[in-house]
Amino acid sequence: MEIKVLGPGCVNCHKMEAMAKQAVTELGIEANIEKITDIGQIAMHGILSTPGLIVNGKIRHSGKPLPSLEKVKELIKSEA
Amino acid sequence: MLKEFADYITYALLKLEPTSHLGDALNFFIYDTLKIFLLLSTIVYGVAVIRAYFPPEKTKRILSHKREFIGNTMAALLGIVTPFCSCSAVPLFIGFVEAGVPLGVTFSFLISSPMVNEIALIMLWGLFGWKIALIYTGTGVVLAIVSGIVIGKLKMEKYVQDYVWEIKAGAGDIVPTSFREKLVYARDYTAELLKRIWPYVIIGIAVGGIVHGYIPTDFVVKYAGRDNPFAVLVAVLIGIPLYSNAAGMIPVVQALVGKGMAMGTVLAFMMSVTAISFPEAVILKNVLKMRLIYTFFGIVAVGIIIVGYLFNFIL
Repeated sequence: MEIKVLGPGCVNCHKMEAMAKQAVTELGIEANIEKITDIGQIAMHGILSTPGLIVNGKIRHSGKPLPSLEKVKELIKSEA
Repeated sequence: MLKEFADYITYALLKLEPTSHLGDALNFFIYDTLKIFLLLSTIVYGVAVIRAYFPPEKTKRILSHKREFIGNTMAALLGIVTPFCSCSAVPLFIGFVEAGVPLGVTFSFLISSPMVNEIALIMLWGLFGWKIALIYTGTGVVLAIVSGIVIGKLKMEKYVQDYVWEIKAGAGDIVPTSFREKLVYARDYTAELLKRIWPYVIIGIAVGGIVHGYIPTDFVVKYAGRDNPFAVLVAVLIGIPLYSNAAGMIPVVQALVGKGMAMGTVLAFMMSVTAISFPEAVILKNVLKMRLIYTFFGIVAVGIIIVGYLFNFIL
C-alpha cells in the first residue's frame, strides 16, 4: 500500500504523519509512507489545503481539522 | 434567559450591587460572553456544515474557466465559506491556476477568504450590532470582487512564477464523504476553532468593558477621531504589514472603538490587517513575482482606504 502525507512542515502535518505511522503499525499492514513537503509537489497531487493524506492515489483527507486516529485507521483499512 | 443568568451570578450569587461600577461591568461581561459564545458555536457549526460541502478542491472545480464578474462574485462568496489558512495559500493558488481558474478570480478568492468570514461577522454583530457586521461583510465581498476584476483586467499572468504554469496536477480525486461525516467534520471544526479563538474573544469583551468604563477618550479622538482626514489613510498603512486573523483583531477593534476612533477607520484597519500582510507577501513570493504582489497590495489598500472613508461618511 502507498500512503502519502503531504504538508510543508506545519505542526499539523507532523501530527498527520505520526498518526499515519501509528495507524499502519496498529493495523499491522505493509505500507510505504512517503512524506511530501515540496509545495509544487503538494499542488501536483491535487491537495489544496494541508495536511493531506493520500492512500493508493486517492485523496482521503485534506486540511484542518485533523481526523482522529480511529478515522485514519478506517481510511487506510478501506483501501487495504 | 441569558440576562437572568448574568443577573443571578452577579447580584444573587456574588451579592454585588446593581448600581456599583463593578457589578455593572461584571454583569455586562458575563452577559456578553455568554451571548457571543452561544452565537459563535451555533453559527460556526452551521457554516462548517455548509463548508463541508465546499472543500477547496471542489471550489476550484466550480470556479474553473468562469467568466469575469460572475467568476469573481462566486469566488468572493465561496471565500467566505471555504476554509483558508495562510500556510495553504501557495498550494491553493497553484491548484486554482492549474485548474483553469482565471487569475483575477483566484485573487477575488484570496482577498475575501481571510478577510470576510463568519467569525468576523458574529463578533462585529455581537459587539457593535448587525448593521456594522453586515456593512463589513458586504463591503469586504465587494472589495474582493472589484480588486479581482481589476487584477484580471491588468493581464498580469506573466508575473506569476513560471513554474506554476508547468505544474500539471494528477487526477487527485477526493473521496466523497457522507452527511454523517460532514456533521463530524463540522463538530470537530467548531471545537478546534473555539479552542483556538476563545482567549481573543474573552479579552475582546473584557477590553470593551474596561475601556468603556475607565479610559479617557481624548487621546485617540484627538489623533484618529472623525475630524482627522488622514486617520483612515494612516490606519490602513499601519495595518498593511501587520497580520492577524479576524478573531485576533477583535480586542484591538474593541479598544479602538471604545477610545473614540471612528468606526470606518477601525473597520478599514481591521481589513488591512487581515487581508494583506508582510508574511503573506513572503509566502506569495513562492508563486508570484514582486510586481504582481505590489499591484495586489496596492489595489487592495486603495480599495480599503476608499471603504474606510465611505464608512465614516455614512455611519
